[in-house]
Amino acid sequence: MPKTENRKPTTGLLEVKGLRVAVAGNEILKGVDLTIREGEVHAIMGPNGSGKSTLAQVLAGHPAYEVLGGSAKYDGKDLLDLKPEERARAGVFLAFQYPVEIRGITNSYFLRSALNALRRERGEPELDPIDFLQFLEAKLKAIGWDDSMMNRPVNEGFSGGEKKRNEILQLAVLEPRLAILDETDSGLDIDALKTVAETVNNLRAPDRSFLIVTHYQRLLNFITPDVVHVLADGRIVKSGGPELAHELEAKGYDWLRDAAMVS
Amino acid sequence: MTGIEAHVQQPYKYGFVTDIESEVVPAGLNEDVIRLISAKKGEPEWMLDWRLKAYRNWLKMSEPHWPNVKYGPIDYQAISYYAAPKQKPKLDSLDQVDPKLVATFEKLGIPIEEQKRLTGVAVDAVFDSVSVATTFQAELAKYGVIFMPMSQAIREHPALVQKYLSTVVPMNDNFFAALNSAVFTDGSFVYVPKGVRCPLELSTYFRINASSTGQFERTLIIADEGSYVSYLEGCSAPMRDEHQLHAAVVELVALERATIKYSTIQNWYPGDDEGKGGIYNFVTKRGKCLGANSKISWTQVETGSAITWKYPGCILQGDNSIGEFYSVAVTSHKQQADTGTKMIHLGKNTRSTIVSKGISAGRGQNTYRGLVKIMKGAEGARNYSQCDSMLIGDQCGAHTFPYIDVRNSTAIMEHEASTSKIGEDQIFYLRQRGLSAEDAVSMIVNGFCKEVFKELPMEFAVEATRLLGISLEGSVG
Repeated sequence: MPKTENRKPTTGLLEVKGLRVAVAGNEILKGVDLTIREGEVHAIMGPNGSGKSTLAQVLAGHPAYEVLGGSAKYDGKDLLDLKPEERARAGVFLAFQYPVEIRGITNSYFLRSALNALRRERGEPELDPIDFLQFLEAKLKAIGWDDSMMNRPVNEGFSGGEKKRNEILQLAVLEPRLAILDETDSGLDIDALKTVAETVNNLRAPDRSFLIVTHYQRLLNFITPDVVHVLADGRIVKSGGPELAHELEAKGYDWLRDAAMVS
Repeated sequence: MTGIEAHVQQPYKYGFVTDIESEVVPAGLNEDVIRLISAKKGEPEWMLDWRLKAYRNWLKMSEPHWPNVKYGPIDYQAISYYAAPKQKPKLDSLDQVDPKLVATFEKLGIPIEEQKRLTGVAVDAVFDSVSVATTFQAELAKYGVIFMPMSQAIREHPALVQKYLSTVVPMNDNFFAALNSAVFTDGSFVYVPKGVRCPLELSTYFRINASSTGQFERTLIIADEGSYVSYLEGCSAPMRDEHQLHAAVVELVALERATIKYSTIQNWYPGDDEGKGGIYNFVTKRGKCLGANSKISWTQVETGSAITWKYPGCILQGDNSIGEFYSVAVTSHKQQADTGTKMIHLGKNTRSTIVSKGISAGRGQNTYRGLVKIMKGAEGARNYSQCDSMLIGDQCGAHTFPYIDVRNSTAIMEHEASTSKIGEDQIFYLRQRGLSAEDAVSMIVNGFCKEVFKELPMEFAVEATRLLGISLEGSVG
């Protein structure tokens, strides 16, 4: 059920205004406005090359993206002023489209290091390996996954689907306030897609917001967003409720792109 | 690339100078200097003759320039070949060691005082040209294990020394080995008797302190039939603007069914960002698996030195003998390393394993050079080699020169090589999970080195991990 109509009049957890971003000198985002309130799930859709992934990466702080103008406030702070690790510790999480491999480091060690970095920030005691194992087992059980990926090196030799699942597992462990999912659905078969969607749905909470970047509507068959935005040629050209996703599926992106060109 | 700029800024932690009165022989090398060194060590005639023979050989040799490293000419007459802190000549007890020396080693994390000693590790502490203390000697003697400075062994165990010295590295093996043979000062001597598993880790710590000197230690380890010994060496030096030469020779002999595990954590002063100062580490290390079913395993973590030139190798003479080489070599600043191994298979069913990890950062140049030679009689010999290089930043270099020479058709050889670059994306991924840039690099590098670190004795693996973190600190902008 869409919650767009009756959401609370709180200020946004994330407020992006007029954001302009370049990669290698090419302007990709040409003035993006976006407000996400606590607990909301937003989907960003759009054709290839529209700047969807750029938006995800720049919010997380990837150094290769150059901010030309505009602002992004997160929880009242200037997000763009924070280092990537500071954003992460403040509760911004990016599920990567292409998760990287870390040789020789087990998934379990990596997860514990990441969790402890966040716990230090929050003034909580770090978890030792034994406590972490218990914590992790509970998490895995809650999302119905086994521990087969835990003692393997981070993403090394993982299938495309396993890598994406691993991102969602990290999301479950790190419990961010703003989770950005960058094309998490790409490369997933239908069963894996359902599992991932189910996990995300279970993680929806009043104090957790989602920004789901996707090219296809199919993930949104399983995760119902509050708001759907269409990004075309570096701008959000249309926003609406979940029904917009269905409309895009039926009509494609061209009609919107044409509209954007005209405007 | 915007985020990764290789600029290593972490100061070298062990660069202090101990203010101690030293006796330094004037610079220069000639037969009189060699006679003087020999006399200072109280050596017998045969040892002096051997040194002089080596010196005469050395005069006819020329410095090798095939390694992939660049440096200005070395003036061998400008080096002092003997420096020793002034102290009472004969020590009855370690408590008589000069407190300044005790404090020096303490600062380096090598406590030599009775009550503070590392548990489970016996230490020989070498300061410039002399050993200043060797711990647990009496304890080891109960097991028949001899662990003492080389000069003491020459006096007290001449038969053993004469039997094995230069049987693995001939005196004129190469230019630097010949120089070492002529002028060597202290190093450690180890003999583990038949069937004895050495109850302690043995360790030698080499400290260069005096300026304008070189350090030329010589180590000889003999593991008799069915014995086992694990030995570790560490080293460091003050920060100085001049280059200092360290040309050591290490020989290992493993008799039937014996195992020698030799680990090195090399942390000589690497020089500054512009390549000023730093140690020239030109070292010859070789082990001989003399007996059947013997095993020699080299593990090295090379983070220091301006230039490293070393190829710890194994001569696999006994049937079924095993040689191993596990290496992590880090070059940052303007460091250069040309390092690797030689595995010479002579016996039947001999096996060798080579795992080399080269890490280059800053303007470092890292070369792996390895030789695997399977001789005619080595039926069923096997070698596995894995050479991985990692680059941090875009001003460094990695080079690999594997030489393979197979003269027996039953040999099985496997070689794998990879080069990877710590990418901005890898670091960003870890930072996005809350790790600092430095922790991210450290995690990536430690994962890369894991196969080597797991070969180190535990407490030293921790030290190696820490050292690697320091060496690369600041290499990511």
